[in-house]
Amino acid sequence: MSDKKKDKGVLEEVTTGEYKYGFVMDIESDQAVRGLTEETVRFISKKKNEPEWLLEFRLKAFRHWLTLEEPDWALLHHPPINYQDIIYYSAPKPKKELESLDEVDPELLDTFNKLGISLEEQKRLSGVAVDAVIDSVSVKTTFQDTLAKHDIIFCSITDAVQNYPDLVKKYLGTVVPYTDNYFAALNSAVFSDGSFCYIPKGVRCPIELSTYFRINAANTGQFERTLLIADEGGYVSYLEGCTAPMRDENQLHAAIVEIVTHDDAEIKYSTVQNWYPGSKEGKGGIYNFVTKRGLCKGRNSKISWTQVETGSAITWKYPSCILMGDNSVGEFYSVAVTNNYQQADTGTKMIHIGKNTKSTIISKGISAGKSNNSYRGLVRVTQKADNARNYSQCDSLLLGDQCGAHTFPYIKTGNDTAIVEHEATTSKISDDQLFYCQQRGIDMEKAIGLIVNGYAKQVLNKLPMEFAVEAQKLLAITLEGSVG
Amino acid sequence: MEKVKKRYPLEEKFIRHFTGHSDEISRHDLPKVSRMRREAMKDFQRSGFPHNKMERWRNTDLEGIYETDLEIFDREIPYEKQLSEIFLCEVHGFETRVLSVLNGSFYSPETEKLTVDENGVIVGSLARAMQEYPEFIERHYGEIMEQRDGFKSLNMALATDGVFIYVPDNVVVDETFQIINILNKPSLVINVRNLVILGKNAKLRLLHCDDSVNHHAGFINKVNEVFLDENAELELYKLQNLNDETALLNQTSIHQSANSRLKIDAISLNGGMIRNEIFDLMNGSGAWSDIRGLYLMDQEQHVDNQVNIYHNVPHCDSNQLFKGILDNEATAVFNGYIYVKRDAQQTNAFQRNANILLAKTARVDTMPHLEIYADDVQCSHGASVGQLDNEALFYMMQRGIPFADARMLLMYAFADAVIDEISIESLRINIEDMVKRRLRGDLSICDRCVLHCSNPDQPVIFDIDMSKI
Amino acid sequence: MLLNIKNLHVSINGKEIIKGLNFSVNKGEVHAIMGPNGTGKSTLAAAITGREGYEITKGDIIYKGQVINDWSPDKRANEGVFLSFQYPIEIPGVSMTNFMRTALNAKREYLGKTPISAKDFLRKMEEKKKMVQIQSKLTNRSVNEGFSGGEKKKNEIFQMAMLEPELAILDETDSGLDIDALRVVAGGVNQLKSDKNAFIVITHYQRLLDYIVPDFVHVMYDGRIVKSGDKKLALELEDKGYEWIKDQFDN
Repeated sequence: MSDKKKDKGVLEEVTTGEYKYGFVMDIESDQAVRGLTEETVRFISKKKNEPEWLLEFRLKAFRHWLTLEEPDWALLHHPPINYQDIIYYSAPKPKKELESLDEVDPELLDTFNKLGISLEEQKRLSGVAVDAVIDSVSVKTTFQDTLAKHDIIFCSITDAVQNYPDLVKKYLGTVVPYTDNYFAALNSAVFSDGSFCYIPKGVRCPIELSTYFRINAANTGQFERTLLIADEGGYVSYLEGCTAPMRDENQLHAAIVEIVTHDDAEIKYSTVQNWYPGSKEGKGGIYNFVTKRGLCKGRNSKISWTQVETGSAITWKYPSCILMGDNSVGEFYSVAVTNNYQQADTGTKMIHIGKNTKSTIISKGISAGKSNNSYRGLVRVTQKADNARNYSQCDSLLLGDQCGAHTFPYIKTGNDTAIVEHEATTSKISDDQLFYCQQRGIDMEKAIGLIVNGYAKQVLNKLPMEFAVEAQKLLAITLEGSVG
Repeated sequence: MEKVKKRYPLEEKFIRHFTGHSDEISRHDLPKVSRMRREAMKDFQRSGFPHNKMERWRNTDLEGIYETDLEIFDREIPYEKQLSEIFLCEVHGFETRVLSVLNGSFYSPETEKLTVDENGVIVGSLARAMQEYPEFIERHYGEIMEQRDGFKSLNMALATDGVFIYVPDNVVVDETFQIINILNKPSLVINVRNLVILGKNAKLRLLHCDDSVNHHAGFINKVNEVFLDENAELELYKLQNLNDETALLNQTSIHQSANSRLKIDAISLNGGMIRNEIFDLMNGSGAWSDIRGLYLMDQEQHVDNQVNIYHNVPHCDSNQLFKGILDNEATAVFNGYIYVKRDAQQTNAFQRNANILLAKTARVDTMPHLEIYADDVQCSHGASVGQLDNEALFYMMQRGIPFADARMLLMYAFADAVIDEISIESLRINIEDMVKRRLRGDLSICDRCVLHCSNPDQPVIFDIDMSKI
Repeated sequence: MLLNIKNLHVSINGKEIIKGLNFSVNKGEVHAIMGPNGTGKSTLAAAITGREGYEITKGDIIYKGQVINDWSPDKRANEGVFLSFQYPIEIPGVSMTNFMRTALNAKREYLGKTPISAKDFLRKMEEKKKMVQIQSKLTNRSVNEGFSGGEKKKNEIFQMAMLEPELAILDETDSGLDIDALRVVAGGVNQLKSDKNAFIVITHYQRLLDYIVPDFVHVMYDGRIVKSGDKKLALELEDKGYEWIKDQFDN
């Protein structure tokens, strides 16, 4: 039975994949002192030459944060985080205005090439505008000319504060107030950079916008903040990718993403999250505590979240939609893969407030190794939300008998015209499916990859093309140990 | 920094009562039980009543009850023939053996407090069983229900009586036992406890009714422990028809040994606040359970079903189906929890909760949760909230059925999946009848036994000529 | 000799189903295996293809001169063993096209060849689809998902055509087929038949053998081959029924 034994081994092997983005870049950085005090907050604000109101916002958030306790309701276990042992600001040096790609640090460009994102290539070939955020600071935004033609603003939030202060002031903290939760308060106090995008009335952004985030420096937390606004009839598809080097210690990532769509506007937000997940033994990895929320403010507006979560030692993330405008639509499509000792507690909230609002939740969890993967989601239909509709489907797949797959939906309905449906299943890959593939000559490892990709297809299909391919590969890498 | 929790006067009252009456409370205790009481009271002093910051109590607010000045009732009411009649059941073709619990104590003439039948079945007062059959108490009392919150601690500390049933190995009980729990004094709070033990291959059908016989406020804090030995089989029907001022906390914990079978049908027809907590502990391989519930709430009634299935060993099957119809300002909570322990392979666990809201002001919170640590499992859950199918309504009306009847028919069809599972035919017919009346708004709490309120001379008219459809 | 099975004993969950079976197949031959239900026909197919849970307790399966008892199912497949399943499973989300290409390339990789180009692959798909009269839309769907019984069986033969096995086992391929589908399936098999491959046709009824004419017919009973002959044996069986075999061997 040697071959069959080997197949058993393969399952183990495929569930112990290697992380391939774990290189450390040799980029000099400019760091704030370790630890978090009011001084740190002032330092960051000063460093970024911020207006008084923003400093006030940060300080209020910081003071509020001091009164809060870290939430413990998620199914996550980690040693206490020492918030005084984190460096709250780290920017690649030298930081100066860049006129063209030629001025970008070659080391940095090389890094992006390693990540499979050549800024130049992206610019020339795929028509994707890229903003890259390394250790909190936005380093390059490409494709400005095309965007300028449509009056689309796409820049780092730091630049936006300087150049479009009214817009930032109008929207910052309106969807995720600093009082929202522990990590939101922390982010509001110390956020260093991130992307800002404004789509004016009636403009459909002709290209995909994209941000790549990377944590590079050691002992650094990354606290980026993204703000996307689509004015009446506007549309944009926005992509976000993340990686981090392999380090033995855990690093904190606490981001906020705020989205606002006005009447008839639509924003599609796609994430491929591949922060360093830690070693096979569970050492190191990113603690990913993220607050993402969209406000469908206008009538007929739409926000769609698609996420492929393969990285991070810990993921705590619930991209949500507040469906305020009548006829607004919220969507959440998620594939979360955990392996080794990873833990993910992720899902969404769909808050129906307007009339005839509609939401869809499709979540596919895949657990392997000794990991735990939880879906946690809230669907709330408020009393005035007549004719609200929600459909949720949350499936879990278990690979191996040492992992856990959990589903925690919360459905709160306070309107008699609402229709809410939730379905969930938990299963493993069926032996019959595996044998069928094997009988056709496909080995165990490939068969698992094939079936898992098929299982996740409903979600992967929602990703823009260039991301879908990457995401499929990531699923393969996370589970297989070699590039699929 | 821990905030100092406010103590409710009612909490103080319980604590004082315990210290003031400890001799009386522990009068019949085995040393084990006395010890458990003391520990439970310590726990209660620490925890107090559950509050809505706790995950499991988030959606059920008992503040109103905590603030009510209730009287702790601890006396046995001497047996009177006349009083015993409130327990009578005159249901057509349905004979049961009635076990009466009045204001928290087993109620019967002294000579019938605890009886041993020819087949070895022991049935009667739990307080009496503590004295006469300590071996069962030693083995099972307080061992099945975990002390997870203030109410269970309180019950453990203060409950002195309730029903005890023991069915020996290989005995199949033919008749249906019926526990009827009644409060007949105003503003009472009672702690009552039942213990049911089924031996190997034993079989029992048990009907468990909670009724009000007046409109007084009351609070029942009940803990039921059930031990099913290998291959034992229990059918448990819960019928709850209480007044709007009464709060019922009904906590049932079942230990299932290998190949045991458990069927529960929990039907909540009325009640100001009803919370059913079921803990089904599948501890033996091959155990099987099917737990169903139906709740029909209106006005400001609140029902909360907490169903927890623990698949602790491989090869067990569980199924849950809870359905509810809510009108007016009624609120319902369903929290279904399936836990599959590591290595509990070959588990099949299914769970479904469906709700119909009839009014804009009615609310439902449903939380079907799965926590799974084994891979060779088939688990699924589903939850839905919706309305009656308008197209079906129209179709029926177009065929000449009045709106009210069509609506009834659809509601009844919705409820049928739960009622249909009742295997005792005469009971099923009775409950069908009650549900129909309840859906029509004709059923109020009865002034006598719940089953008595069905008058066989005046059957409910619900005859729709099917040929018209 | 392509396949040589010697004194094969196979158990499922400790229960012996095949009890000392001897059987050999040469290239260019078609063997029919018949017999009443529950005599181990499908178990034999599972044992040859290496399905988990079918334990070979004694004896050898020798394929192309090698004992393959311990080989994984995919290795056997890549060496040319194909099973047309009695109940083909549905695999949601995996398109037929993707599935077939993965399978084809797995085989090519195993044989040390480069992957097939998209163009060649599509051409091959089209060609083989015609052969089994399979509709194009079926190959755009997920594997077997939403296929009718007949479509599933046609799909099995289509896959066989794509993978070009040396030893094809058809497990009750005729069950659930109407006469038209049966003709199509049989036509496909006959086109694929050559002196380089061999077929084992497992069937309960004679009717499939009108279309796929066997060189040898074997009757299985109680885990063994109890009678072998040429195609006349199938007709005799049809005529006399399985009771005839049972009577002979139960005593």
